[in-house]
Amino acid sequence: MFPTPIQKYSIPVNIFYRVALIVTLFIWLMPLIAVMLTSIRTYDDILAGNYWGWPKDIAAIENYSAIFEDGRMARYFLNSMIITLPTVFGTLLLSSMAGFSLAMHKFKLNILLFCMFIAGNFVPFQILMIPVRGLTVDLGIYNTYYGLIIFHIAFQTGFCTFFLRNFIKELPFELIEAARADGATEWMIYRKIILPLIVPALAALGVLEFTFIWNDYFWALILSQGDGVKPVTVGLDNMRGQWVANYNLISAGSVIAALPPVIMFFLMQRHFINGLTFGAVKG
Amino acid sequence: MTFWERNQLKLAPFLFLSPAVGLFLIFVIYPIADSIWVSFHEWSGVNRYALDDEGNLKNFKWVGLDNYIYLFTNDDEFYVAVFNNIKWFFFSLIAIPFGILLALFLNQQILGIRWVKSFFYFPFVINAVVIGIVFTWFYNPKYGSLTYLLGFFGMEPFPILSDENYATYGIIVASLFPGIAYTMIIYITGLTAVSKDMIEAGRIDGASGFTMFWNIILPQLRPATLIAVVVTIVGALRSFDLIAVMTGGGPWGSTNVLAYKMYEDSLFNFRMGYGASTAVILFILMDIYIAWFLYRLFKRESTEK
Repeated sequence: MFPTPIQKYSIPVNIFYRVALIVTLFIWLMPLIAVMLTSIRTYDDILAGNYWGWPKDIAAIENYSAIFEDGRMARYFLNSMIITLPTVFGTLLLSSMAGFSLAMHKFKLNILLFCMFIAGNFVPFQILMIPVRGLTVDLGIYNTYYGLIIFHIAFQTGFCTFFLRNFIKELPFELIEAARADGATEWMIYRKIILPLIVPALAALGVLEFTFIWNDYFWALILSQGDGVKPVTVGLDNMRGQWVANYNLISAGSVIAALPPVIMFFLMQRHFINGLTFGAVKG
Repeated sequence: MTFWERNQLKLAPFLFLSPAVGLFLIFVIYPIADSIWVSFHEWSGVNRYALDDEGNLKNFKWVGLDNYIYLFTNDDEFYVAVFNNIKWFFFSLIAIPFGILLALFLNQQILGIRWVKSFFYFPFVINAVVIGIVFTWFYNPKYGSLTYLLGFFGMEPFPILSDENYATYGIIVASLFPGIAYTMIIYITGLTAVSKDMIEAGRIDGASGFTMFWNIILPQLRPATLIAVVVTIVGALRSFDLIAVMTGGGPWGSTNVLAYKMYEDSLFNFRMGYGASTAVILFILMDIYIAWFLYRLFKRESTEK
């Protein structure tokens, strides 16, 4: 192990390491701690210049109910859910099918399609912006959930197919050959053999995609208008204008907008890290 | 044997791939081609296919390379944006050494380290709007907490985000918060795969501390570094969210980058063709980068086998 395990050092070094760890963590999270504290401050507290200290009066209930007062924040939050969950499901379905085929079938365009999916990950959103906006208008899905969901699925499928193709490629091919010899159809192989085996990969991608889609700001900005389908990222940005210097409300709104991915992250941490570091060990 | 049974293996790839490939072609590949096409036209964004009396496109006029020529010869903001992209490119790479340092710092096995690590990770899952709002507030000279910190060190507060010379750096610093969290995650995983035998061999040869890190550990972290560099740079070239949230390109366009300039030109100034030409430039820059990445990837795969 590198660096040398701390246990091999003297006791004072060990104590120092642990203290340093906590201090560094505290400094690292300072911005987020400040937001959480401010989200339960009163406005007077902010005016008095109390940014870092413990809030004089706890106004948690007041602040958090204030941001939900006019109903818009709840709408944005719900919109985010309505957009994110079907996108994650659709992306995993399409990319597991595509990944299976790219990994297990031999055909002419295989490598070309695989490269297309890899390259798609690097495409700057801006070069898609004008045509995708036009397409959604032409298809009548501009400013609807469908527009955002379908586009997200299309784009995210690139990354997920790349990931799953590599994952499935590592599975023993004999398994497939044996099933084929037994007369299993390709669909049964996908459904009964491949899918159960790639559950860890799907879990990893699932949490990762949930975070990506929930946090999307650009496409929500481009493909939606008004409050109807706007997700919480764009919504929060709009509300900020309304709350002006009420940083306690802005902070409370930020906490709400950040919460679902954070919860997801803590619940599914192992999967999350697996997805993110895919290829970091053996690229 | 039915037709399906006989031809299953040939038809299967088509059936399994067509939903994914179809959507990808429609919403990713075709738009790229279309953007390039649009970039040779003048168009305000309305009614693209409307015809005039002679049957020519009324609103969508071919101008050849004019958009590009104007971009390179007449638009100072373009150079400001390119220069800012270059700043983003280099300064966001700071996340890499910091990520390695934190990863080394955290790579111990003590009670509770798992929790400490996950707290270090979690800025990465917070969206850019929240990060942007938080840092904007920090930098706010009147209400911001940075003012308080600067005052603590006896320094005058100054409005970073409304200062042309510093605003971009202020945004890049905000981007480093999730950026470092990401590179750190990559390196912590990378470190678990470092060969113990090689570390032992290095110790026997008398390597320790920095020499050990530089000569034995770092080379083994190459796959992690490759990914960290690629993702960081792609992120830097793509930077949009934080700029939109923190400054909206201002003050006076000084924090503009290609991605944001393009958005503004097309949707606020109604110059779709011009915006598209900026996007094409961004796309070409990214392409050069992708080509390099794929080249490396396949070279590696072919040497392994």
